Amino acid sequence: MHRYLAGEADRRHMLAAVGVKSVDELFATVPADVRVGQLDLPRGRSEEEVRREFIAYAIRNSALDCFASFLGAGVYRHLAPSVVDSLLQRGEFFTAYTPYQPEVSQGTLQAIFEFQTFVCQLTEMEVANASLYDGATAVVEAVLMAHRVLPDRPRVVVAGALHPEYRAVLDTYGAPMRLEITTVPWGPDGRIAHQRLAQAIGPDVCAVVVQSPNFLGPIEDLGPIAEAARKAGALAVQVVAEATSLGLLVPGGRFGFDVVCGELQAFGLPAAFGGPHLGFYATRQAYLRQLPGRLVGETVDADGQRGFVLTLSTREQHIRRGKATSNICTNHGLMALAATIVLSLLGKRGVREIALASHTTAEYLKAALRGGSGRAALAFPDAPTYNEFLLRHDDPDALLTRLKDEGILAGVATTHLGGGWPKGILVAATETNTLEECDRLLAALGRLA
Amino acid sequence: MSGPRRLREREKLIFERSSVGRIGYQLPALEVPAVDPAKTLPAATLRGEIEGLPEVSEVDVVRHFTRLSRWNYSVDEGLYPLGSCTMKYNPRLNEELARLPGLAGIHPLQPEDQVQGALALLWQLEHALVEITGLARVTLQPAAGAHGELAGMLMIRRALEDRGARPRTVLIPDSAHGTNPASAVFAGFDIVEVASTAQGTLDLEALGRHLAGGDVAALMITVPNTLGVFEPEIVRAAAMLHERGAFLYMDGANLNAFVGVALPGRMGVDALHINLHKTFSTPHGGGGPGAGPVAVSEALVPYLPVPIVERTGERYTLSTGRPKSIGKVRGFYGNFGMLVRALAYIRSLGRDGLRAMAEGAVLNANYLRKGLEQHYHLAYDGPSLHEVVFDDTLQAASGVKNIDIAKRLLDYGFHPPTMSFPLIVHGALMIEPTESEGVEELDAFIAAMREIAREAKETPDLVKGAPYSTPVRRLDEVRAARQPVLRWVPKRP
Repeated sequence: MHRYLAGEADRRHMLAAVGVKSVDELFATVPADVRVGQLDLPRGRSEEEVRREFIAYAIRNSALDCFASFLGAGVYRHLAPSVVDSLLQRGEFFTAYTPYQPEVSQGTLQAIFEFQTFVCQLTEMEVANASLYDGATAVVEAVLMAHRVLPDRPRVVVAGALHPEYRAVLDTYGAPMRLEITTVPWGPDGRIAHQRLAQAIGPDVCAVVVQSPNFLGPIEDLGPIAEAARKAGALAVQVVAEATSLGLLVPGGRFGFDVVCGELQAFGLPAAFGGPHLGFYATRQAYLRQLPGRLVGETVDADGQRGFVLTLSTREQHIRRGKATSNICTNHGLMALAATIVLSLLGKRGVREIALASHTTAEYLKAALRGGSGRAALAFPDAPTYNEFLLRHDDPDALLTRLKDEGILAGVATTHLGGGWPKGILVAATETNTLEECDRLLAALGRLA
Repeated sequence: MSGPRRLREREKLIFERSSVGRIGYQLPALEVPAVDPAKTLPAATLRGEIEGLPEVSEVDVVRHFTRLSRWNYSVDEGLYPLGSCTMKYNPRLNEELARLPGLAGIHPLQPEDQVQGALALLWQLEHALVEITGLARVTLQPAAGAHGELAGMLMIRRALEDRGARPRTVLIPDSAHGTNPASAVFAGFDIVEVASTAQGTLDLEALGRHLAGGDVAALMITVPNTLGVFEPEIVRAAAMLHERGAFLYMDGANLNAFVGVALPGRMGVDALHINLHKTFSTPHGGGGPGAGPVAVSEALVPYLPVPIVERTGERYTLSTGRPKSIGKVRGFYGNFGMLVRALAYIRSLGRDGLRAMAEGAVLNANYLRKGLEQHYHLAYDGPSLHEVVFDDTLQAASGVKNIDIAKRLLDYGFHPPTMSFPLIVHGALMIEPTESEGVEELDAFIAAMREIAREAKETPDLVKGAPYSTPVRRLDEVRAARQPVLRWVPKRP
């Protein structure tokens, strides 16, 4: 018997009711040649034993909280209000299923409706879905949607400074769809080379995908990008990997982008070694029927009072099967709830304040590094950035190791991200980085870089 | 979901609770010198105030979401018998462990030597799943079951291309979950539906006919199938597929039925996704996050997504140098937090507990079947494993449909069964109790279902008007779709 299972009396009672002597009889349809005697796994363990094993895993990792951390590159450490996790741990939220029965799921449904509203507000777009897995798959869904809207256009133009993980996943999904991907490099200021972009966009292009702030930190000039896409009749897609930037920067929605999508982890989700994070997806009303993933809509009940339901599901796999707009079923509902709680707490003032604090802290570091520090120098000193920038260095791994010995995780080396990146360290600052941490980083760079 | 009137009242949207000047956070004092963003950022990129964001206090937020939570049904409250969704108990220990700072607070791009514990954990989970499935290796990357299906089908596609073969057809039984055809299409295949036998199982003759056509890449099949019936000819089907150079993809949505009893590896399976949020207790979270690791046979190992964790002595590395890999299907290494919970569950149950889990799931389903088979029509009467599918045939005479029975169940305090599939059962009520339940919870459910069967005969209008006691009554889904309101907008003064 086991603490998660029913007991001996339950079993005896049920066996008798079913009319069999042992449970084995119920497995009579499972052929002998596919059976297993006993699994080669450890015996069942008590809470205390399991906890011990997992603490042993945990202490072999260098947790961010034990360091002055400037790691970013798509995963950021921002404020983590205790309210968020305390609410997420309500069993009514985390042990519920997808809200297919709206009469007993109004909590989840209303929270998702609020989430969709927050995403629309942040992106200045008209409709947003109930979440996707992560930033990388959000980019894929945007490109696949563009290809559905413009099926005769097989080519996608993608900025070179798109997050390498997002690009890798796009390549995987693009292959069976026979999508041809053209990469437009960044120019000397770290921003997309507009001339090259204009040359790359032709009548065979269904989507133009640009991350801003881009992977190297610079903020793109979105207006001309949207204009270039529009002229060619292609969909313009803005990718946002650091969502708190939306508190300070005009989103693609205002510049005429067709999709604004990406990663919302920055709004209060733990780094968690890469997941679960939170993909978001916002677009124009015109593409509503082509939208991937779940949607919650407002309606009324039999007594005329307001309620919420999953809606427009004829786009989805459980109705449309092979003709669905995406194969996604389970999304990242609980993570969407977390972001909804964080955005509620921050509200009108906080969304801007957290962005301004992050930007200000990064600008402090940039100002100090403008003249260079040892062999390290700002890669794109003239480009506007939000909270992240590339520090050029010819041996970033060795430098990071020395900095770690001083209690500093200075950033992400570009040396392990696949080819093509300038050698250096991506440094990200948020409102969680103190002046003392910044000065310690600068002093250490002065000595070690 | 009951209580004093004020607590039963509808909760406004968070945006409607807004009151000027309230905040729900405080940032640390900014010690670095202030900057004027108008000087550091181009004017065209600088945003003003965002219209419509709420202004609420921390107390407002706690009350708002606590009230919302009360409108949800959950496994913590009781039986959640959604067939094929496997709503089992979510152990609290797993929640605690996933939140350890050394597991929740690590960055995916830290150097390998800083995350040896995380890599060890991933390696341990992969090898536990290898043992449980009897397959060669496992990718932990996919974020959910459907995502795993896509990863598996992409591997099959790449393996076929490697042989110079380009078959386009994927066969899918008509009893399948909707994600199967969608995932196959997104992997670049055409789908052909295979009609089931009169027993609701795979039709070997039909399979043979399709294979003779010569264009078959794979069969995607759920075992036990969505009727809760074990596919008796699965081994033969695998042999027929392999003979023709095709692959067998197993949808592991129903793996809970036979963990520790049988091995997919011995069935001839080439790829199998495992919904960790079904079989291995990671919480559904009101619609995710899930996790959909894919176990593969030796034939597909070269095509696994990158990276995978390798162990040399006591050192763990992320291996990316795999030239035949399909690449990446999502960012980083998977939903790590869910992987932590799944391994904790496997450790807690152990080898005997895992088998007892499958046995409990099957016994509970059979007990429900026994308790209800005099009152509801069994769509197919083959032996049930972990779930049983009734339909509304006996109630149809009085005009009561499966949806009405489901809504009436809400009044009795239970979440309804699955109704949207299998498509081969009209008016389906697909019931999966899982192993988490004891006799009294199952008896209460049986009693409620019997009572509804009686009501359907004697007072059908009562059933058709249900529910009556839920926070909202039956909702107008047609209106939601015809006049979509998908976000809140500020009221103009």
